[in-house]
Amino acid sequence: MPLLAVENLRTHFFTRRGVVKAVDGVSFTLDAGETLALVGESGSGKSVTCLSLVRLVPEPAGRIVGGRVLLDGEDLLQKSRAQMRRVRGKQIAMVLQDPMTSLNPALTIGLQVGEVVRLHQHVHGRTLRDRVLDALRRLRISAADTRLGQYAHQFSGGMRQRVSSAIALSCAPRVLIADEPTTSLDVTIQAQYLELLKEVQAKAGVAVILVTHDFGIVAANADRVAVMYAGRIVEMGTTLQVFNHPRHPYTQALLRCLPDVELKREQLVEIGGQPPDLAQLPPGCPFAPRCPERHAACERELPQAVTVEPGHTAACWLASVAPTTA
Amino acid sequence: MLAGVGGADDRVSSLEAIDLTKHFPATGSLSLGHVWIKAVDGVSVRVGEGETLGIVGESGSGKTTLAKLFLLLERPTAGTLKFDGKDVRAFSRGDLATYRRSVQAVFQDPFSSLDPRMRVEQIVGEPLIPGDGITRAMVRERVVESLELVGLRRDSAALYPHEFSGGQRQRIAIARALVTTPKFILLDEPVSALDVSIRAQILNLLKRLQDRLGLAYIMISHDLAAARYLATRLAVMYCGKLVETGVCEAVYTEPLHPYTEALLSAALPLHPEARRQRIILKGEIPNPTNPPSGCRFHPRCHRVLPECATVEPVWREVKPGRLAACHLH
Repeated sequence: MPLLAVENLRTHFFTRRGVVKAVDGVSFTLDAGETLALVGESGSGKSVTCLSLVRLVPEPAGRIVGGRVLLDGEDLLQKSRAQMRRVRGKQIAMVLQDPMTSLNPALTIGLQVGEVVRLHQHVHGRTLRDRVLDALRRLRISAADTRLGQYAHQFSGGMRQRVSSAIALSCAPRVLIADEPTTSLDVTIQAQYLELLKEVQAKAGVAVILVTHDFGIVAANADRVAVMYAGRIVEMGTTLQVFNHPRHPYTQALLRCLPDVELKREQLVEIGGQPPDLAQLPPGCPFAPRCPERHAACERELPQAVTVEPGHTAACWLASVAPTTA
Repeated sequence: MLAGVGGADDRVSSLEAIDLTKHFPATGSLSLGHVWIKAVDGVSVRVGEGETLGIVGESGSGKTTLAKLFLLLERPTAGTLKFDGKDVRAFSRGDLATYRRSVQAVFQDPFSSLDPRMRVEQIVGEPLIPGDGITRAMVRERVVESLELVGLRRDSAALYPHEFSGGQRQRIAIARALVTTPKFILLDEPVSALDVSIRAQILNLLKRLQDRLGLAYIMISHDLAAARYLATRLAVMYCGKLVETGVCEAVYTEPLHPYTEALLSAALPLHPEARRQRIILKGEIPNPTNPPSGCRFHPRCHRVLPECATVEPVWREVKPGRLAACHLH
C-alpha cells in the first residue's frame, strides 16, 4: 500500500464568475521516502492540490467536492476538524514559497518552532528547548541557542527557508509538501537548500511532494513527475520517462520552449496562446486550443489518462495510438 | 515613422560605464560616522549597437543599482557614464532628452509596471510628448506601430491593462519602450514574472525585435538559462563588483572566475542525466557595508589562495576579450 494515495480529487471554487475547477480529477500515489514533483504553470492547480491534501482550501469559496485522500489507507477528507489538526504538522507538513510571509515577524524563531513541537509532542521546558535546538541544528542553523531568541528579519532568505523547514520537519512528518520552496532564493542558496533537503529526507525517510514550475529542479531532485495543466495531471511517470519520452504534447512543448543553461538554443519553440480560463473550460482537452497536434476528437471529448509504459501515464488521445520513438 | 524622434544618426551608438560607483549612506545605523553601502563599486562595461549584454548575479550583487545608474535614476558617487562618447555629466538639456529617448527600460513585473487606470494607448504613448512638431495624430500612429511590432492588435489601444494576461502585459511594456525608437533597452528580469509557457514567446519577441530594429539590450537577470539564450556578452557581478566579462558562450563553456563557475554549476540543467559536478557554495553573499578584505569572494571560494584574503585582485584582460578579477589568472 502506498503511503499516500490521492484518488480523483476535485476542488472547485464557487465564484460570481462561475465554478472555477481548480483541481478536477487528480489522482496519484506517493511512497515513503520518494520525491514526487508537481510541475505546471500558475493556475494549473498545483498549490490547490496541496492545500486540499491538508484541507486548507480557502473557504467558503473553495470546496473539495469529490475524491479521496488516503494516508495509510485512512481517508483524510472524512476526518473531523479536530482530527485533521492532529494530522497537519505531525503526519503532513508544509514548507511554503516565501518564508518572510510564512514566519510570524512578531514572534521569536524559538517560539515558532516550539509551537509545533509543544502541540504535537506535548513536551515542555527543557525537553521542548532541546527538541527545538535539535530541529534547528538538523537544518544547519549555526549558533542555534542564540538564534532561538531572534526574529525572522534577523535571518537571511536562505536561513529563513531553513527555519520554516525546521518547523515542518520538527515532528518527523511522513509527508512533506514543499510548495515552490526555492522560488524566492538565489541560485547558489537554492543549490544549498535543495542539497540539504535531500540529505534530511534520506535520513528521515520522509516522502516529499515538491511543487515547482522549474524543470531544472525537477530533473535534479524528483524521482517521479506529475505535469499539471488546467487542474488535471496530463502526464505522470518517473523523471527519466517524462524527460526522455514525453508523451503529452504539453510536456513536449514545455521541454522544447525553455532556455537551457547547458546549451545555447538558437530559437525557442513557442507555445502559442495562453493557459485557459478555469471557469470556462472547453468540453474537450483543455490544451487542445494551444496544441500543435490537435485533431477533431480533442475538441469533443476529454482524454483520460492511459498507461503508455509501466509507471508512465498520459492523458492524450495520441498517447494511446502512436508510440513515438524520441 | 516620426521624424526627429530618437535622434537617429549614422554613428555607431555606445553606452559605456567607466569605474562606475554608487555608495548609499546606511541609514538607521546606530554607529556615527560614515557607513556606506557599496552597492556598485568600480564597474566598467560597454554596450555597443545590436548586442546584448547580460548582467548576472545574485540579489544584493548590485545589478539593479547598476540598472538605475544606466537609466539616470541614480547619480553615480564616482566614475563616468558615457553615451556615444560623451560624458553624461556634461549633457545639455537637449542631450538629456535624446538620452532618455534612446535608452528605455522594460521591468520585471508587468502587473506593477503598468498604471491600471490608464488605457494602453496612454501607457504606450506617454513617453511621446505632443508639441515640438509632434501632433496627437502622429503619437497615435506611432503607438499603433509599436503595438503591431510586439504582436498586439491595433484595437488593444483602447483597453486597460487588467484586460490582458501577463504575457500580453509584458508586450505592452515592450511597446512602451519601443515607442521612442530607442537604441538601448534595459531589460530588468524581463521574463522572471511570466509563466514558463509564455517566457519563450517574450524571449523570441525580444530577439526578433533586436534583429529587425538593431536594438542593443542590457539584460539584468538571475536566470542563467534566459541570459544564455539572449546575451551575446556576459558580465558577472558579485557584491558590487564585476568578477568576469566576456563573450557569452565563452563564459558559459569556460568560466574563469570561481564564482562564475559556482554560479553556473548551481543552475540546474534541464535533463536528469545531465548531472554535473556541482559546487555548493558555503555561506551567503556578504554584507555590502563591510565587504570582506582582499577578494570579496574569498570567504566562500573553493579555490582560495593565501593572498586572496589580503590583496584585492586586479581587473584585467586574462585572455583576448576576457576580463576577470581573480588571483588564479
